[in-house]
Amino acid sequence: MTGRRKVSAQIRENGPIADGIYSMWLKSDEISATAKAGQFISIYTKDSSRLLPRPISICETDPKEGTVRLVYRVSGEGTRQFSLYGENDTAEILGPLGNGYCLSELNKAAKGRALTVVGGGIGIPPMLGLVKAYRENYPEAEINAVLGYRNSDTFLDEDFKKYSKVFYASDDGSIGIRGNVIDAIRHFGIESGVICACGPKPMLKGIKKYGEETDTVSYVSLEEKMACGIGACLACVCKTKETDSHSMVNNRRVCKDGPVFKSDEIEL
Amino acid sequence: MCNMSVEFAGLSFKNPVITASGTFGSGIEFSEFVDLNRLGGVVTKGVAVTPWEGNPTPRIAETYGGMLNAIGLQNPGMDVFLSRDLPFLENYDTVKIVNVCGKSKEEYIEAVKRLAESSADMLEINISCPNVKEGGIAFGQNPLMVEDITASIKKVAKQPVVMKLSPNVTDITETARAAEAGGADGISLINTLTGMKIDINRKTFALANKTGGLSGPCIKPVAVRMVWQAANAVKIPVIGMGGIASFEDALEFIMAGATLVSVGTANFRNPHVTEEIVEGIEDYLERNNISDIRELIGIVNR
Repeated sequence: MTGRRKVSAQIRENGPIADGIYSMWLKSDEISATAKAGQFISIYTKDSSRLLPRPISICETDPKEGTVRLVYRVSGEGTRQFSLYGENDTAEILGPLGNGYCLSELNKAAKGRALTVVGGGIGIPPMLGLVKAYRENYPEAEINAVLGYRNSDTFLDEDFKKYSKVFYASDDGSIGIRGNVIDAIRHFGIESGVICACGPKPMLKGIKKYGEETDTVSYVSLEEKMACGIGACLACVCKTKETDSHSMVNNRRVCKDGPVFKSDEIEL
Repeated sequence: MCNMSVEFAGLSFKNPVITASGTFGSGIEFSEFVDLNRLGGVVTKGVAVTPWEGNPTPRIAETYGGMLNAIGLQNPGMDVFLSRDLPFLENYDTVKIVNVCGKSKEEYIEAVKRLAESSADMLEINISCPNVKEGGIAFGQNPLMVEDITASIKKVAKQPVVMKLSPNVTDITETARAAEAGGADGISLINTLTGMKIDINRKTFALANKTGGLSGPCIKPVAVRMVWQAANAVKIPVIGMGGIASFEDALEFIMAGATLVSVGTANFRNPHVTEEIVEGIEDYLERNNISDIRELIGIVNR
């Protein structure tokens, strides 16, 4: 029961990989060994005037090195502070948190057809860990990655290519098709047994709808403002179709019951 | 070994450190990070007779040295609370304080009646939530209503009753005295201060509820002042809270006159903070050759 700790983790690497997008490798044997794709960690600023942890999804792990990678967008003062951390600096972290993806469940849902991961913007990083883990578990599986960027200033796409086919969509058409990830799925004729998506809410709505229309099982990773990150404060809820057995209302906790949800169980 | 135990409303607490309602659930999630047996008590998240949906998201926003919340008292209702949450806390050697909310006087009374035969050791009545349209703060800002609802609850309550007061009033001593006049066994303060944040990029309110309750280190000086004023205005004991994030903060409240201290928002920054505050106070007593924590309660007045 008692025994989980917030820890001080050493930073192994931290730097920009695209405009405003940073990649950080942290040393944490425990998180590296136990994290599932789709889970996140809470990372705390050193400056306590910014008191809440920033929930950042795990991009990938390197269990041999005992490290974990976060890829994050600098979107405010907290993440700006993270971007300044250097090698051998430390960061206070708590995790892994949340439910993550169950690979065997995905494989079962795919029924021998492809797994398609869909990432939009800063929703792309957690999808890398998923394709990597799925490839390790199912070497023969067909895996597609549909990545949506603002423009040709892409990130992580070369990493995806190690494990999956990659299809691009961009807002300005400078890479892949001009349009959104749903447009890309249709344009490239991508057929899937199961779809996993992370990105802005309109994109997730689109994926949920696409899944319903094409009778494809879909999962979405949700983002919401969080305080505790462990399921106690009820700040980060999403709406559910049915009354939730924990909350007794139509709310589920994104941090604890998610952030990964089967999209037919929630309202977006 | 210094004495850390205190008496409050006839109950014995092993130390003065308890949690603040709404920040700690019923302790189930935090028990992975904190040994609940080390805490003086656990104050559960507000529970009503029936389940409450709460407010739309975003429900929180960070501010300088604090945060705004407008959760809206989402809770699973009394049936689940009595069958799941309270039995969980029965496994621990800590005082169980149940925070109660309602949308009308009748709902408060019904909830308190439902708790009468439960294992709850003490009740904290939330008449100060700024984030719900009915009940909550509407009861807590008018001294006459505070006295009336306190007296009505005291008639049916089987456990000691603590009234949780709002800082969103002109004179905290008026509502403190009103709770005492209504027969309260103690008071707790401060609940959150009503605030607002505008998201300049979205050009709208940061919270879906527009306003929210401000908590965290930024409110501590206001809270210490109000606890001191209230403690001097009444004879019943006081639970002090508002921005406590360290043992030093906790001691300020105790010296201002609080018998117990609640730790809330700090749990979000450090899930182990409650235990660390207990240890910090123990060390302080040791270092300063103070044999009994009770010597420090209200010491600034002596």
